[in-house]
Amino acid sequence: MEIVFLAFILMLSIFLGFELINKVPATLHTPLMSGSNAISGITLVGALTSAGAEHSGLATILGTVAVAMATINVIGGYMVTDRMLAMFKKKGSAK
Amino acid sequence: MGIELLVNLAYVVAAVLFIFGLKMLGSPATARKGNLVSALGMFIAVVITLLDQSIIDYKWILAGIVVGGLIGAVIARRVEMTGMPEMVALFNGFGGVASLLVGWAALYGFEANVFEMITIILSILIGGVTFSGSMVAWGKLSERISGKPMVFGGQRVFNILLIVAIIASSAMFTIYPESHLYLYLVIGLSLLLGIMLVIPIGGADMPVVISLLNSYSGLAACAAGIAINNIILIVAGALVGASGIILTQIMCKAMNRSLSNVLFSGFSAVSAGGAAAKIEGEAKAMTAEDAYYVLEAAASVVIVPGYGMAVAQAQHVVKELQELLEKNGAEVVYAIHPVAGRMPGHMNVLLAEADVSYDLLLEMDAINPRMETFDVAIVIGANDVVNPAAREMEGSPIYGMPVINVDMARNVFVMKRSMASGFAGIDNPLFFKENTRMLFGDAKEMLGNIIKAFN
Repeated sequence: MEIVFLAFILMLSIFLGFELINKVPATLHTPLMSGSNAISGITLVGALTSAGAEHSGLATILGTVAVAMATINVIGGYMVTDRMLAMFKKKGSAK
Repeated sequence: MGIELLVNLAYVVAAVLFIFGLKMLGSPATARKGNLVSALGMFIAVVITLLDQSIIDYKWILAGIVVGGLIGAVIARRVEMTGMPEMVALFNGFGGVASLLVGWAALYGFEANVFEMITIILSILIGGVTFSGSMVAWGKLSERISGKPMVFGGQRVFNILLIVAIIASSAMFTIYPESHLYLYLVIGLSLLLGIMLVIPIGGADMPVVISLLNSYSGLAACAAGIAINNIILIVAGALVGASGIILTQIMCKAMNRSLSNVLFSGFSAVSAGGAAAKIEGEAKAMTAEDAYYVLEAAASVVIVPGYGMAVAQAQHVVKELQELLEKNGAEVVYAIHPVAGRMPGHMNVLLAEADVSYDLLLEMDAINPRMETFDVAIVIGANDVVNPAAREMEGSPIYGMPVINVDMARNVFVMKRSMASGFAGIDNPLFFKENTRMLFGDAKEMLGNIIKAFN
């Protein structure tokens, strides 16, 4: 039953993703990519559990590296997206 | 069970914030707030995960977060806007390797059944492909390796064998989960597959590849989520996966090519029939001063930027010229092709950096119907996206690709380093048209000379 449940969530999220992203104008595609890239750093959540749970030495090492990599993705992704979006201005409101 | 319920409820909140964040990215006015909303969702998800009871030891987590956070922050602050495609490729790769490692580490937590083994292997596989593919894309984009498509005889056969080998070693690993040999085989082969998938793709097709790798990085997170039974990973990963797929579709449509054509055949294979129609005539060069006289009299100007503008770092001079023309009473707009530059929306970011108002940046479909009304079209470092061969020359490799019809404007100025053809290696009849004038040289310098003439 659990598999069906996960499959349901997966399917609904994909449809929702299609609906959401289709409405993003071309001018924002680069920030969209770096921003969604930051979201894909959600793997961090998975990495935290592997790094912190004392299963074995190897799992801890793998988890720690995964935490570092995913954090680069999250922090870097959100910061650079913010930097880019701060530059998008409409005439009049800028300057 | 209290904490587990709390954690899962917090994940629901995080998912809602991600969704709202993406929704707010739909308009430039709300986009920045949307990004913050999405970041808040991530923050909640991470903090609540730290409450999880199975986490005993925090020192390694802290070390990982500090190191990763510092590296991420430094990269995000230092990167040039022109270098954005490389950076996104690099981050995609980091996301991929994180998913690979999470899948790998999941092997040690519990006795996995067959279904769980399959999801773990999927997470390792997609993560590995994303990582090595992104590294090759990063190398190509930052010109650390050649941007030309690398093809060799028997490539297809090799790739098919590679995929068969991956399936075989995955199956063996599912049957013998204790055997590390098969695990390493799966990891190694998936890394090799990522490399093999990206090397045959040329520089001009990079927008497609980055979008696709973006999608993979989401799918990798998604697979890792299924492997470790974590719902927020599945939801967020699927959102990103869907987003990357849509961008990939948009890019493919803008090049009038199917995804499989981009991925497997490179431009070289298609261009064989291209020589059929000969281009006749002579390209006419002009000086910056002549350009000034025409521009001074122009009432409407459309600027079409391409990757050349990014290379020459010319976006700020372009903006300067725009201001001068506007002061002179002319209307100035920008026409942006969906695949201009090396990633979707690249030109828009560069022009935003130069403080160009975003409502002046028009999409191809908005500009083409009124192209005839423009006195001057200035093409800056773009080539294939303005090539009229896509409309006129059946048999041209880009025939049928939607292009910006600059040749319909009264005058066309093309700023270009030399007569060399673009990344796609296709001749451009635009340069030989009656109303076209060529301005050879560095775009930044050329624009500077025109601006000097204005003052």
